[in-house]
Amino acid sequence: MKILVPVKRVIDYNVKVRVRQDGSGVETVNVKMSMNPFDEIAVEEAIRLQEAGRAEEIVAISIGAPQCQETIRTALAMGADRGILVETEQDLEPLGVSKVLRECVDRESPDLVIMGKQAIDDDCNQTAQILAGLLDWPQGAFASTLKFSDGRVDVTREIDGGLETLSLLLPAVISADLRLNEPRYVKLPNIMKAKKKPLDTIPIEELGIDVAPRVSTIKVEEPPARSGGIMVASVEELVDKLKNDAKVI
Amino acid sequence: MPVLVIAEHDNQALKPATLNTITAALAIDAEVAVLVAGYGCGGVSQSAAVIAGVDRVLLCDHESYLHPLAENLADLIAAIAGGYTHVLAPASTFGKNVLPRLGALLDVSPISDIVAVQSPDTFVRPIYAGNAMATVKTSDQKILVTARPTAFAAASAEGGAAAVEAVEPAAEPGDRVRFVGQELTRSERPELTSARVVIAGGRGLGSSENFKLIEELADKLGAAVGASRAAVDAGYVPNDYQVGQTGKVVAPELYIAVGISGAIQHLAGMKDSKVIVAINKDEDAPIFQVADYGLVGDLFDALPKLSAALD
Ligand SMILES: Cc1cc2nc3c(=O)[nH]c(=O)nc-3n(C[C@H](O)[C@H](O)[C@H](O)COP(=O)(O)OP(=O)(O)OC[C@H]3O[C@@H](n4cnc5c(N)ncnc54)[C@H](O)[C@@H]3O)c2cc1C
Ligand SMILES: Nc1ncnc2c1ncn2[C@@H]1O[C@H](COP(=O)(O)O)[C@@H](O)[C@H]1O
Repeated sequence: MKILVPVKRVIDYNVKVRVRQDGSGVETVNVKMSMNPFDEIAVEEAIRLQEAGRAEEIVAISIGAPQCQETIRTALAMGADRGILVETEQDLEPLGVSKVLRECVDRESPDLVIMGKQAIDDDCNQTAQILAGLLDWPQGAFASTLKFSDGRVDVTREIDGGLETLSLLLPAVISADLRLNEPRYVKLPNIMKAKKKPLDTIPIEELGIDVAPRVSTIKVEEPPARSGGIMVASVEELVDKLKNDAKVI
Repeated sequence: MPVLVIAEHDNQALKPATLNTITAALAIDAEVAVLVAGYGCGGVSQSAAVIAGVDRVLLCDHESYLHPLAENLADLIAAIAGGYTHVLAPASTFGKNVLPRLGALLDVSPISDIVAVQSPDTFVRPIYAGNAMATVKTSDQKILVTARPTAFAAASAEGGAAAVEAVEPAAEPGDRVRFVGQELTRSERPELTSARVVIAGGRGLGSSENFKLIEELADKLGAAVGASRAAVDAGYVPNDYQVGQTGKVVAPELYIAVGISGAIQHLAGMKDSKVIVAINKDEDAPIFQVADYGLVGDLFDALPKLSAALD
């Protein structure tokens, strides 16, 4: 089995994001960037499949600025075999990303695409489902367990009411939820090794895909702030406040 | 042209999030149709028909829709979407699964998780775990939106008198996707996303046995039980209890966070609650920054006292 893993470079999840004064977006200058946490889970799952003898090759793909090479290198250091950067300075929306990924799927012919369920910057939670739709492949979104057998995969999905299991015919697109696995830490020697693994760069223009944005951002603002609360000294005081001031119990 | 809302249901009853989505749809256009696709779901279409503001109900009652598989539903909706300016679904795992796939079929860039409608093509949505609010405008001819249920009031479940018309199922899906089974969390308590009171526990609870302290209190207050990711990861409670950026978004009248530190990913799912109470032994825990009432103390001491005080 060959697996494609799309990985996105995002502001690190520990960074306190700040909205720019001019409302044009959030501050990204001198801000720590990392691989989207859900994509680390996707990479980890692919590597475990390889370690279990189910996957022959893992290709990590990122679409974005040249710095996304770092994100791909992280995937390679975790254990992916090779990387592809589709280079563009433009911020693509999930539809555009999916169109680029579809082209990569056409070129690479993987049996499986595993990706994150959500990028923690745009919080769209769309790309896997759109890609599956474009390819007309089955989709297993928000996966917490995968089991492969006979050209199919059983995907247990985290849904609002609990868990649901679907059996999908391969090739399929899977999106990883938090509990699919716990990604490994990258070891130093592997970072060195990753530098020698192949990483191809394709300028996005070469693909000849229309990725013009459909949705434009008019402004970005701080969310409304909560007004300051108070500290209470005891459970009795808390109950009193909830009953008599807030009147919620 | 009217707006189409995709009903979320389990063939027995509508999910409440459908009502919130209808309110979002009514903010876009006065003419709203609702699609009920399922199997043996005639009763659901009847309840959809009496929702205030609904003009038309489309019923597709067929075996292929027994389970809400994205593949089948997206094909069906794509076949009927031509008659509508917008297609809306709740921003639940149901809507998030189906709507983007529909976007692929219609070549439309969907807009996720809107919290306000500014005009028929302009919406507000949170980004970066709610640390920023983006106002976005789409140029797509057909507009696909998932609406965050807590951001829109529920439409009144009565008062409407829409006609129900049958629609043909889309082509047979075949064997590419098989439903294997589901494990739904059963609970007598109110549903998390629509409960008036939510009590959530975090890693501080220490074990699933200790979560009984939370449950006891929930039962006294008629509350739903939620949790942080750490509590779910540790196996104290099922996954569908998770509140946050990548779990459920709740906005009850009262949210009580117990043994939860208040990471931004958790706050993203609860900071629009009306009144927030935090109980934590660490006075520097970030949860206190969003709390209306903060109590510094050991939860194993505070919870039994709180339960007793409510007797
Ligand atoms: C991509 C991504 C997505 C995420 N999505 C979510 C999400 O949707 N929801 C979510 O919740 N998290 C999410 N997280 C995780 C989040 O970053 C935090 O790790 C998590 O919320 C922490 O849970 P916690 O507060 O229970 O645990 P901790 O941070 O460990 O806090 C435990 C708290 O309990 C207190 N405590 C301990 N013992 C006691 C006691 N006896 N009495 C009183 N207080 C006590 C401690 O002082 C501490 O403040 C996500 C993380 C990532 C990277
Ligand atoms: N620019 C990108 N490059 C590579 N993968 C991406 C990119 N954008 C999104 N993805 C993938 O799509 C997933 C979901 O993103 P989103 O739909 O934006 O929430 C991410 O977790 C990534 O796996």
